[in-house]
Amino acid sequence: MSPAADLVRQSAAVLAEAIAAGEVSSREVTQAHLERIVDVDDRVHAFLHVDAQGALEAADAVDRARAAGDALGPLAGVPIAVKDVLATRGMPTTCGSRILEGWQPPYDATVVERLRGAGIVILGKTNMDEFAMGSSTEHSAYGPTHNPWDLTRIPGGSGGGSAAAVASFESPLAIGTDTGGSIRQPAAVTGTVGVKPTYGGVSRYGLVALASSLDQAGPCTRTVMDAALLHSVIGGHDPRDSTSIPEPMPDVVAAAQRADVRGMRIGLVRELSGEGYQAGVLQRFTEAVAILEDLGAEVVEVSCPHFDYALGAYYLILPSECSSNLARFDGMRYGLRAGDNGDRSVEEVMSLTREAGFGAEVKRRIMLGTYALSSGYYDAYYGQAQKVRTLIQRDFAAAFDQVDVLISPTAPTTAFRLGEKVDDPLAMYLNDVATIPVNLAGNCALSLPVGLAPEDGLPVGLQVMAPALADDRLYLVGAALEGALRDRWGHLLIEEAPAL
Amino acid sequence: MTDPIPFDQALQAFEPVIGLEVHVELGTNTKMFCGCPTGFGAEPNTQTCPVCLGLPGSLPVANAQAIESIIRIGLALNCDIAEWCRMSRKNYFYPDMPKDYQVSQYDEPICVDGHLDITVPTDDGPVEVRIDIERVHMEEDTGKLTHAGGDTGRIHGADYSLVDYNRAGIPLVEIVTKPVVGTGRLAPAVARAYVAELRDIMRALGVSDVKMEEGSLRCDANVSLNRPGDPWGTRSETKNVNSLRSVERAVRAEIERQAGVLDGGERVVQETRHFHEDTGVTTPGRSKEHAEDYRYFPEPDLVPIAPSREWVEELRATLPERPSVRRARLAAEWGIGDFEMATLVNAGVLDLVEATVAAGVAPDAARKWWSGEFTRVANERDVDPADLPVTPADIGRVEELIASGALNDKLARQVFEGVLAGEGTPDEVVAARGLAVVSDDSALLAAIDAALAEQPDVAEKIRSGKVQAAGAIVGAVMKATRGQADAGKVRALLLERLGVSDA
Repeated sequence: MSPAADLVRQSAAVLAEAIAAGEVSSREVTQAHLERIVDVDDRVHAFLHVDAQGALEAADAVDRARAAGDALGPLAGVPIAVKDVLATRGMPTTCGSRILEGWQPPYDATVVERLRGAGIVILGKTNMDEFAMGSSTEHSAYGPTHNPWDLTRIPGGSGGGSAAAVASFESPLAIGTDTGGSIRQPAAVTGTVGVKPTYGGVSRYGLVALASSLDQAGPCTRTVMDAALLHSVIGGHDPRDSTSIPEPMPDVVAAAQRADVRGMRIGLVRELSGEGYQAGVLQRFTEAVAILEDLGAEVVEVSCPHFDYALGAYYLILPSECSSNLARFDGMRYGLRAGDNGDRSVEEVMSLTREAGFGAEVKRRIMLGTYALSSGYYDAYYGQAQKVRTLIQRDFAAAFDQVDVLISPTAPTTAFRLGEKVDDPLAMYLNDVATIPVNLAGNCALSLPVGLAPEDGLPVGLQVMAPALADDRLYLVGAALEGALRDRWGHLLIEEAPAL
Repeated sequence: MTDPIPFDQALQAFEPVIGLEVHVELGTNTKMFCGCPTGFGAEPNTQTCPVCLGLPGSLPVANAQAIESIIRIGLALNCDIAEWCRMSRKNYFYPDMPKDYQVSQYDEPICVDGHLDITVPTDDGPVEVRIDIERVHMEEDTGKLTHAGGDTGRIHGADYSLVDYNRAGIPLVEIVTKPVVGTGRLAPAVARAYVAELRDIMRALGVSDVKMEEGSLRCDANVSLNRPGDPWGTRSETKNVNSLRSVERAVRAEIERQAGVLDGGERVVQETRHFHEDTGVTTPGRSKEHAEDYRYFPEPDLVPIAPSREWVEELRATLPERPSVRRARLAAEWGIGDFEMATLVNAGVLDLVEATVAAGVAPDAARKWWSGEFTRVANERDVDPADLPVTPADIGRVEELIASGALNDKLARQVFEGVLAGEGTPDEVVAARGLAVVSDDSALLAAIDAALAEQPDVAEKIRSGKVQAAGAIVGAVMKATRGQADAGKVRALLLERLGVSDA
């Protein structure tokens, strides 16, 4: 296998097999991706930090292990890009914020530790909306990421860097985090695959928290099988995360291999369609539903009436938790310290540091959350939002009594233009209207590309939602639909992306 | 500023209401939410990790031992144990708090509605008082700030401040009383007796070393005054109360101060005050007029705590005897009074005496050795009596030797001197130092004859029936044998020699 140009267009599964078979070295694969980054990332800006030396050393270690006859993991030697919200020892971790500029964690997140343990080669850290707050990656303190399908458009957010890195063939794999859709919505608008695992299915240890009860790390890939392989590496119980589920994970790789929806009952969520959804998005979604029926699934419509309140509840719970989670960035121990001229009090230095270090969206949410948790307002806001959350969980439970999985468009529109919504927080928040309910319920979901919207030629994503701990169902449906679409098109949708 | 009013006078005009918040650092091996060690006195910031430093991304995992300890404390204080409760975050910015929030408990404490019956010593004898416990909850300790430069010792005005996060994350238990009313002039003594009883309970449970001087037991005293028949007054919260004596003094000082304020027609300010051990007065700290909004909410990084009823009952079944009950029982068993018991408790030798009695030594002898000789040596060496190199078995052996006549009291002291000096077991010391009662009758008779010859007038008195005069001769013999004789035996031989009987 070679030349380098071909290497970067392979799936992680294919690369891993080739490396294991000795057809190509991990160093060659890694080098090819590093070169691709050099070629295109000045335009895409998916990466905040590239660790070429560390990546090549990790690749060499895999090559040596293979030469020594050691058993290799299923993705050993394959490169990956990691969202800059996960702690990486010896590499900066900025969360897209000035306040953490230059900070190098003294420890690895559990996800990162598992990647390294599996011989997966970390290329670097990807761009994101500051502290994962946003749907366009425009709220990064280090400049936006551009959508590889159209560089004037957003790659989604908050994990736009991870999605763009995969979509631009800079990396076959990436790790994202999903608090309200930050893996799935970028996947949808970049024509890639993104999975939000069951809450507690992947350790949050080392994931710099936005909203602790919603955050979950997961795979960003170009194929459903690659997502399953990566999911199985990073998933599973971690005693360092109290909210990590002790039960064993379902076999997601086997499910992706089976790729079978025959006899499955699939629910269309009435509330996640219609008004506010772009015509071309609905058209491609409807076509995909027909394919699922052709493949042998029974598709029915279900109603989840409280989903209409999900966005409102989410924008109380998330800011509340984030106002507390982000308190520690006070300039006392690490990261930015502003205004410490020797005369100022500790309160003044903390205040000046936060004023200088946080961007507008972060400040907006900290203020919202501080207000929502305030004495006298708690019951009306945070308390009420938790009740809505319970109702949404019940909607899901009732729906899953009738069907095996639910589906909807992942995002209401295709990628919008950079700058189009950055000054309109409400319009920005509405991008996540279809993805948020899953986070509030703690369930799992997968987004995969189902075609290009006729009106703008941009990718459309379909979201599959399954109950907690039934992540395997995502892969059964996702892989079956992906296979049928590939048969129809003769290739993956991402192959249609313009050359950069 | 109004002057304080003397205590007795203050109590004529006002009734005090007190409330006590006691923080106990648990003696777990590791911190509340991470695996860092908890030992006192390590180099600053050496007992830390990403979790207790609150580094971005780190997550807490609750210490099972700490949860067990707090449930045992709750049970010992007759509390109800929650079937389900959560930790909460208490949000405020302060540099001793790595996360700028403290993981604590708010509206779902793990233990509620308990009580503790205490005995308060008074001039008119002991008085029983029931202290109602509002709640017992767990939280993590903060780091420790040291302020350098400036003359306030506080963060404001300091040139710079140093933070030691070794203490951050050590499990703390907060025990809050309900308002204690109607104790009148006993209020300071009640406060002291309550804290002392709590300390004893913690020690008996083995959950904390409860050393007030090292801060492992800290007390905040709330005091308010009202005129009889009036509603309760505004309270102050006095911190920095770091000894039992200070608890009593601080409550007393606040009563005197507030009485002066109220008598002068002013109003008491709701505030935090600091107690000064040296001067015995309190001074104002942070004003609580504008109550800080801590924005409590359930800690989403931790799962709820739901102790099963079976587990709670298991823990209840293994609770140790209450210290006050145990003291009363032991006092009865040993036939001693309150004063003697208090002496043992204050000397910190009660456990040692009990162990010594259990080793077969008579209670009187066990008490005599521990509260006399050993307490003195421990004080000289500035160590805990329990850390002296002498065991209950050693005392048992020496008492055996005394009973058999091989040692007398004076020699026994010399044996212990050797044991405490590390010279070995009592038998080894006896052998090495050649300490044995002179029991050779001929040697004793020779000494008796010599003493009689020296004091013929005394000899005559004894012969004439004044047996009590024998002491002078016995004393001379003991002196001549350098104490290595059995005084009883000397006396018997002497009387036999002179042909008189012990009437």
